[in-house]
Amino acid sequence: MMHNLTIAEQIKGLKNRDFSSLELTQHYLNRIDDSKLNAFISVTSEQAITQAKLADSILAKGNATSLTGIPYAHKDIFCTKGVKTSAGSKMLDSFISPYDATLSEKLNSQNMVMLGKTNMDEFAMGSSNENSYYGPVKNPWDTKKVPGGSSGGSAAAVASHISPFATGTDTGGSIRQPASLCGITGLKPTYGRISRYGMIAYASSLDQAGPMTRTAEDSAIILNAMAGFDTKDSTSANKLVPDYTKNLSKSLKGLKIGLPKEYFSEGLDKGVEKVVMKAINDYESMGAEIIEVSLPNSIHAIPAYYIVAPCECSSNLSRFDGVRYGYRCDDPKDLNDLYLRSRSEGFGDEVKRRIMIGAYALSAGYYDAYYLKAQKVRQLISEDFKKVFKEVDVVMGPVSPTAAFDLGSVKDPVSMYLADIYTLSVNLAGLPGMSIPAGFSDNLPVGLQLIGDHWSEELLLNTAHQFQLKTDWHHLSPVD
Amino acid sequence: MSLDNNKVKEIAFLARLSIEDSELEQSTKELNNILGLMDQLGEIDTGGAEPMAHPLEMSQRLRDDQVTEKDLSEEFQEIAPKTGSNHFLVPTVIE
Repeated sequence: MMHNLTIAEQIKGLKNRDFSSLELTQHYLNRIDDSKLNAFISVTSEQAITQAKLADSILAKGNATSLTGIPYAHKDIFCTKGVKTSAGSKMLDSFISPYDATLSEKLNSQNMVMLGKTNMDEFAMGSSNENSYYGPVKNPWDTKKVPGGSSGGSAAAVASHISPFATGTDTGGSIRQPASLCGITGLKPTYGRISRYGMIAYASSLDQAGPMTRTAEDSAIILNAMAGFDTKDSTSANKLVPDYTKNLSKSLKGLKIGLPKEYFSEGLDKGVEKVVMKAINDYESMGAEIIEVSLPNSIHAIPAYYIVAPCECSSNLSRFDGVRYGYRCDDPKDLNDLYLRSRSEGFGDEVKRRIMIGAYALSAGYYDAYYLKAQKVRQLISEDFKKVFKEVDVVMGPVSPTAAFDLGSVKDPVSMYLADIYTLSVNLAGLPGMSIPAGFSDNLPVGLQLIGDHWSEELLLNTAHQFQLKTDWHHLSPVD
Repeated sequence: MSLDNNKVKEIAFLARLSIEDSELEQSTKELNNILGLMDQLGEIDTGGAEPMAHPLEMSQRLRDDQVTEKDLSEEFQEIAPKTGSNHFLVPTVIE
């Protein structure tokens, strides 16, 4: 079946005329129609069919790029011209973006086919996709479980083969954690690798987009299309984009893998630990050297992140004022009433919580104790990694302390935050990180996290691809 | 540090959010729990660590002072909740 092909295989299929982009697109649209996971907020069928027909004509003329005609699902945090862009919020339920994000433009320029916009935690704040205005997404491996978040719709769509790949964003783990919980390959590149222009901002010094695919090879193919300098994003890195598929086949003999002892301490589920250690053993048998390392400040990542991110969010989300776009309350009696009710009615609980925490931490008298202190701790966390990367090439560990948990089971915000322990440091330090399928615990997928030094995406993808040549976890699927 | 209901109302107003009286107790409890987590930072010795505002060592790019954006005022007004004679409309501020 077409939906079981990887992107690499679909590219060949389109080139050899085994099937057309229209056939491929229609096939996925049918699958989306039949899906009961709530993975999509909007399905853009008509537009997809038009794009697929155009892609077929370009393919026929022979002037296609490698990704022409490949369908994808776009996280609903990326602005798409003329298409609703909600960020999972009531605030933007009626927002039709008047412009394209740079990433949308880049994928369009290859004549790829957008199937729709995927569900997510409101403004990317959450680890379970339960904070969406459009209802939670279900985990395709067990529909009573969460898919993870915030890119939960993207992860569920790829895992259930209703889209060959999806875009995601990762501020504190929002690509890697749902990838782990849904058993797919998720890559958060180095901060600044992919343009943030038109990607609705949560915490600007942490946000980064990335591909969510089934295989590392597909991830490399898609990163090639996503990465690159953008003058419209002042934090975009003006750095050459290598061909990420080039070094996939390099041997891992002599690769130095660091295991941070802090990532294997109390709180890590035994079943998850077993899967991760088995994967590490596989790497050892492939010729890698395993070295115990220490990231002593990583235990402070939770308080540091849950100050830095809410502070930036309280500032970023002040733009939603009911004046220029987005939700406006009925009959405001004065300007303050307009602001207060538009924002209170438009935002969900978790978003309001984070805005308030940020507003408090930034307020006069508390700035030094919270925001400034958190930035100093962020420096220490970053320095830990600098030291470790003098010794090893890649750091490995779990992505999430547990496999997917039951929908509705974690009610307390702090307990939800604590589950982000293994992913937050990577964002604070701006490093690239990946989650790759490594096995199962109680019939639920478990991901292995790969962390590299800045700009080491090639090495991470190579390390992930070599593992996928030796294992078939990434080929296992909850659907036929 | 611990917040009481009045302080929570004050912070909410600073952020232009309103909290229903019926939800105030619960909000205060949740925010105090989160604050408990944040207060762990106070115990860390950060020595002479420089505050890190940004993950990359990069400086702000400069560009020529030229208008590069297209005029999209019409498109932007089209999606606004309320407009009139090329302005975004809000309730009367000054009588």
